[in-house]
Amino acid sequence: MGFWSAVLLPLVLCLLLFIGFFNKSDELKSLPGIMLWLRFAGVILGVMGSLLLPMLIIFIAYSVNSIEHKADTWKTLFSLPISKPAVYAAKYFYAFFLVLLCLALFVVFTLGFGNLLSVIKPGLKFNEYNIAGTLSQLYFKLFLSSLGILSIQFLLSLLFRDFLKPMGIGFICTITGVILAANNWKYAYLIPYSHPMLGLKALQQQKEAHAGTMPQITVDMLTKDTWVSLAVALTVFIIGYFIILKKSVK
Amino acid sequence: MVISTEGLTFTFGHQQVVKSLSLNVPEGSIYGFLGPNGAGKTTTIKLLLNLLQMQEGSIRIFDKDLKSNRIEILSQIGSLIEQPAIYAHLTGKENLLNRALLLQVPASRVDDMLKLVHLTDAAHKKAGQYSLGMKQRLGIALALLSDPKLLILDEPTNGLDPNGIIEVRELLIKLVTKHNKTVFISSHLLAEVERMATHVGIINYGELLFQGSIKDLEGLSQPLVQIETDNTVDAANFLTRNHFNVTEVNDHHFFTPYTSKQQMGEINALLNKNGFTIYSINKQQKDLEKLFLDITQTA
Repeated sequence: MGFWSAVLLPLVLCLLLFIGFFNKSDELKSLPGIMLWLRFAGVILGVMGSLLLPMLIIFIAYSVNSIEHKADTWKTLFSLPISKPAVYAAKYFYAFFLVLLCLALFVVFTLGFGNLLSVIKPGLKFNEYNIAGTLSQLYFKLFLSSLGILSIQFLLSLLFRDFLKPMGIGFICTITGVILAANNWKYAYLIPYSHPMLGLKALQQQKEAHAGTMPQITVDMLTKDTWVSLAVALTVFIIGYFIILKKSVK
Repeated sequence: MVISTEGLTFTFGHQQVVKSLSLNVPEGSIYGFLGPNGAGKTTTIKLLLNLLQMQEGSIRIFDKDLKSNRIEILSQIGSLIEQPAIYAHLTGKENLLNRALLLQVPASRVDDMLKLVHLTDAAHKKAGQYSLGMKQRLGIALALLSDPKLLILDEPTNGLDPNGIIEVRELLIKLVTKHNKTVFISSHLLAEVERMATHVGIINYGELLFQGSIKDLEGLSQPLVQIETDNTVDAANFLTRNHFNVTEVNDHHFFTPYTSKQQMGEINALLNKNGFTIYSINKQQKDLEKLFLDITQTA
């Protein structure tokens, strides 16, 4: 379930975007390549930073754990001759892999559909600019920014059997995080749920600064908030490890 | 001893679920762990598998301390706890293959196990569509997959039909006699355990009330003389007046403790002489079902 959502989400979203741009191609013909790419990728990145990425992570973290809750297999897994931390780590890294896969597919599909557009609608100047490097960096930064949320949501989904608790907590935290980040709260960088948005905000500010001139895009990979995200991810992962060691399986 | 615990105690909140349990499960035995529902059987089993953190006491399995040798011990145990844990979206065979991968068991064993529990025909059906009995059998196949020395089964015949129960019983007896395994099996049905167990432990309200071989348990039950006459109540009263101890009277029979064959003859002659017609008189072993009730109720 988690695996297919990680594959289908980028595919469907990029396909919709492709159809949208295909229909509006006449209006977009005047744009230079770089602006066209920014518009194209920006639609998804915009939703991604605010809501989509945190929700996706909440869902992936849930689905990786719920499979064991549903089948009642935690007790079996923990009575096999496998160390508890190994079970925990294997589960975590699968969720980690799914998030990475999903974001990588967003890059691949965005580039793929963009180039496809320039082939079937030669008027669109996608081929004038190569955004692959920047886009990959940007998504990688998003990935790093999302790890804090992943660790927290993973632990919540592991501890709570039902969907509503991790989902509800995650949803409230995400909304709060987005509001705080959008209002430029000074300490928003300390809140994991604000990180995806903060990661993208850095980009927007650059864009505004260069308004009028040809925008130059650079991605500052390791900003303050990214470091906090990584630190939270690591800390919560280690805390989870000790909880699992001590936890009784009911 | 394959399993030996000492002073094993476990508390949920304020409620002591397991009280100072000292289990001794000898090698090569089928140990029936008996008790009514809620007696603490599953909790004990979860402690034996290190699923619950031990609070007091000690557990030694294969003569090693469970806590410090967890993985080594678990690698020789196959277990089935409560309802079998099965991935409903996978087929029966995929469930086994998945486990074989985790345990690094050759995939060829999967087919053997399917055959053993008679699931070969249903191997490619989604496990979610299995009947309760099939799920239970798949659970047993999963427990046996790694060819463990010790099997810990929690109510493995729950939900099985009579044929299924007989199959499981025969399988367990075969595993112990031919393959030298030890089986620890919990149940609330004495009749079921009685037919296969070599050793029995009886638990109620978390306390071990009896532990020993099945022979010891039978020995506990005092034989009785069961007498059927034309007038049960009068005959019983008559014997009481003649200093016999009548323990139970019902519509058809009355009972008095058995001491010897001679005593049975005396009773027979005495009743006959005094005008009672005896339809039957025989020695009867108190059945275990009753003994079980006695033990669990008096405690």
